[in-house]
Amino acid sequence: MTELNAFLTRERIDPTHEGPLSGRTVAVKDNISTRGVRTTCGSAMLAEYVPPYDATVVERLREAGATVVGKTNMDEFGMGTTTETSAFGPTRNPVDTGRVPGGSSGGSAAAVAAGEADLALGSDTGGSIRCPAAFCGVVGIKPTYGLVSRYGLVAYANSLEGIGPFARTVEEAAELLDVIAGVDERDATTREPETTPAGSYADAATGDVDGLSIGVPTELLEGADERVVEAVEGALSELEAEGATVREVSLDSLSYAVEAYYVIAMSEASSNLARFDGVRYGPATESEGNWNEAFAAVREEGFGEEVKRRILLGTYALSAGYHEKYYRKAQDARAWIAEDFDGALSEVDVLASPTMPVLPPELGESLDDPLQMYLIDANTVPVNLANLPAISVPAGESDGLPVGLQLIGPAFGEETIIRAASALA
Amino acid sequence: MNDGSVSPEEVRHVAALARVSLTEEEAVRFAAQFAEVLDAFERLDEVPDTEREPELVNVMRADEVREGLSHEEALRNAPDSEDGYFRGPPVS
Repeated sequence: MTELNAFLTRERIDPTHEGPLSGRTVAVKDNISTRGVRTTCGSAMLAEYVPPYDATVVERLREAGATVVGKTNMDEFGMGTTTETSAFGPTRNPVDTGRVPGGSSGGSAAAVAAGEADLALGSDTGGSIRCPAAFCGVVGIKPTYGLVSRYGLVAYANSLEGIGPFARTVEEAAELLDVIAGVDERDATTREPETTPAGSYADAATGDVDGLSIGVPTELLEGADERVVEAVEGALSELEAEGATVREVSLDSLSYAVEAYYVIAMSEASSNLARFDGVRYGPATESEGNWNEAFAAVREEGFGEEVKRRILLGTYALSAGYHEKYYRKAQDARAWIAEDFDGALSEVDVLASPTMPVLPPELGESLDDPLQMYLIDANTVPVNLANLPAISVPAGESDGLPVGLQLIGPAFGEETIIRAASALA
Repeated sequence: MNDGSVSPEEVRHVAALARVSLTEEEAVRFAAQFAEVLDAFERLDEVPDTEREPELVNVMRADEVREGLSHEEALRNAPDSEDGYFRGPPVS
């Protein structure tokens, strides 16, 4: 078998207790801190960085009996949609090793798809769990903002990102969500759902969609590859045959989501990544200069091109004179999108779309044109802007390549999207 | 950068603000890419002003002394340290 390069570090971390995940192996994305085990974020900047503490989700995994089998490859600091911006080389898609696995959590999705781990954790800032789940033919859940602790997740864009599970079935993904979800005093943005779930998330994976109403936003079908649309329509017909109703809905705000997302994500990144100055961690450089010159030299050496691009564009968007023009308007778009979702989700139980508008690109195909790469995130970024939960579930294949169906639910409505998706996988 | 074009000098200025050194080649390439991306961002002008109600609540906890990282743990990843302190470049 071709080496997938799914893992950056293969090191076993044993459980601390027996629990619901005893006997299961879990791969952990390399931006989630593991005490004593190298955590690189896919960056040369952190090639030797060894965290002195565990992320809350890692503690919870170990307490639940899981064995961590390694740290997975990713786009550098989560900035990419293909796992090709990793400083440690791309991960290959196990379904077709000439293609990308999606990103940024490509290593986690590939490890699960290839059977190198039973389960995996990823992070999702604008689709980084759902995209690789779709491209590798596995299940990925992006939880509601605030359901899962971000303590120990290396920050890229705090207001958008969260940690979530990958698995080969919806029920197994939900089991992992049960373990990692819940309030953490070390992440003040975590909170209890307003209505407490009736049982566990895994209990919701009943496959029963009788009476479920599904809305399909027309904006998220426009521009999608016909082969993708066909597979998604097939999956929706399956759900209809089992008693769900499907109808079109329209959310005008969604056509501004990609632009709003990138302004906000890049702005937050420019601030978050200021911490990488080569003093507390980072590569040693030979710079003879002063403070500013030495920082600039370390950052030139430690950051890859996509990371530099986003830091610079974010710095620009926040600079005097442009803040009102870009950042404030992006926040208006974010509020509008959240409002639109609230409206649509008061009419239907879940919203459905293709997770990705395209089939998995070939390796090297999409790196040259950053804007084109940003645009393929069109269906996933609105969910992060609105802080909602979403799942990507396999919807079949087209030309032998996996297609993902995305189901979006109301805030803390994980049970509903898990129930709906479990009718398919 | 507002007339749809971005010069390599402007890219270098922003890079200096962000403390990132760039090669000449990167500055030239980024100038062309930034023009395209910023042009796409212009569409946000069409977004209506929206009433924003942030759901903000204060999250409090008792201010108690707890165990933290040891000196050794905190310094473990630093490229350079001296007498238990991080060692950085000269300030000027």
